[in-house]
Amino acid sequence: MGTFIQLVVDGLATGSVYAALALAIVLVNQATGLINFAQGGMAVLSAYVAWWFTTLGVPLILAILIAVLFSFVLGAVIERYVMRRFERGDPDTAVVVTIGLLTLITGVCGWLWSYNNRQMPSLFPLDTVQVLGAAISVRSLGTIVVIVAIMLLLQALFLGTKLGLALRAVAINPQSASFSGLPVGRLLMTGWGLAAVLGAVAGALVAPQLTLTPGMMDTALVYALAAVILGGLSSPLGVVLAAWLIGVLENLAAVYVPFIGHDLKVAVPFVLIFIVLLVRPQGLFGRRSVVRV
Amino acid sequence: MTLLELEDVTAGYGPVQVLDGVSLSVPEGGAVGILGANGAGKTTTLRAITGVVRAGGRITFDGQDIRGRRPEQVAAIGIAHVPEGRGTLADLTVRDNLRVGAYLRKDRKGVQEDIDYLLELFPNLKERYRSAASALSGGEQQMLAVARAFMARPRLLLLDEASLGLAPSTAKNVYDAIRRLRAESGIAMLVVEQNANLAFTLVDSATVLETGRSVLTGSSAELRGMDEIRRAYLGG
Repeated sequence: MGTFIQLVVDGLATGSVYAALALAIVLVNQATGLINFAQGGMAVLSAYVAWWFTTLGVPLILAILIAVLFSFVLGAVIERYVMRRFERGDPDTAVVVTIGLLTLITGVCGWLWSYNNRQMPSLFPLDTVQVLGAAISVRSLGTIVVIVAIMLLLQALFLGTKLGLALRAVAINPQSASFSGLPVGRLLMTGWGLAAVLGAVAGALVAPQLTLTPGMMDTALVYALAAVILGGLSSPLGVVLAAWLIGVLENLAAVYVPFIGHDLKVAVPFVLIFIVLLVRPQGLFGRRSVVRV
Repeated sequence: MTLLELEDVTAGYGPVQVLDGVSLSVPEGGAVGILGANGAGKTTTLRAITGVVRAGGRITFDGQDIRGRRPEQVAAIGIAHVPEGRGTLADLTVRDNLRVGAYLRKDRKGVQEDIDYLLELFPNLKERYRSAASALSGGEQQMLAVARAFMARPRLLLLDEASLGLAPSTAKNVYDAIRRLRAESGIAMLVVEQNANLAFTLVDSATVLETGRSVLTGSSAELRGMDEIRRAYLGG
């Protein structure tokens, strides 16, 4: 029982990291209709920025805040000066551009900071606490708490503020929103900025565990995309639940299903996706898109 | 006093020229119709004014040259556009659609008063206040689109085919409410309408477009008296 609880909590923690990245992808997709494959790379770059500031003696929490701010600007700038040209055109082109960006950003990280593993300090101590006879890692709990808090903040922003209302309006119909005077361009930049912030938080939380390398988020990005498909692109809550499910199942399967083990656990979410897509193509929680005449 | 003036406006989509010299003017507080066959350039004229399509010629509003401004800038100087197909924000509630309409306003109290006023004018919307716009009927969505545009407290309302796809009685209800809105607020309107009979219940004068050019302008009474107008737009 102790091992089981431990595995579930650790699974929720890694699931939270996937969830943050997946939410970033959903945020951009809702606003612009495209999948930003560079989201993982941008998160890594932010983690490097945080790490680099810690090497200069800046306290960790401050370094992460600087990286978060940097990410917001990075996201906004990428939208304005790179993606803007492609948003109205062929969506396939735009997606290829984001893949190009992923490669570019990964390359820039390697060029600036080399491909060697860097040790990012952790926000949380490596201790464990005893819960119901299980040793739960404080880092896992901390990761879950931080990401859930950020999701709640985001929810409050979207549902409770004028800026959130404007972001939702632009996501639904940018042209119609502009007729009410909404500054569509600036709102799209804000949306990309917020998505990058989510990625930055995910990066900063996962870096100590994975050790910092330019390709650190590649696997997390694949899992995040899996969560996006599983949860349904139109459902932020569904995406978060799917990410947690993936994190937990992956952990449990590795331990309890002998032939899977740690080598095959990466296949678990994809078998799940395969089955879900056969039964519910819109994802577990997504809405079927209906085109009305 | 002229509020909006178009002089020899041209516009098109890529290589396709749609407007080839449109001139018209809307006086302060007046309501002007644009009549014409399908493809004559009625919708494109409105889109040229709000900057959705690039335009040539001269477009002045309240004495300022507004040609080339972006839609949100045009909205900010007091022109609200109810586009063809309504443009309601489907996933947002009626309430949130109205709040988006008031995006540029800072007077909270006035905004709430206007919402109350519009809900009284459109009782259907009051019943559906917390429903998503996508759950409304076509007529209700059209009412919502007009109400949302009015929330910006514009000086000029551009109305594109407000009767499109509606049952005749519903279309009449929508126009009755718009007429009342006009009478009570004094807002100026530029109205594109396929159904000329309906348009003449609202507008004081109209301009007729043919293949992207304005060919005739006259008061509603004059135009209704003309044989060719009757034949082309009024069903005999």
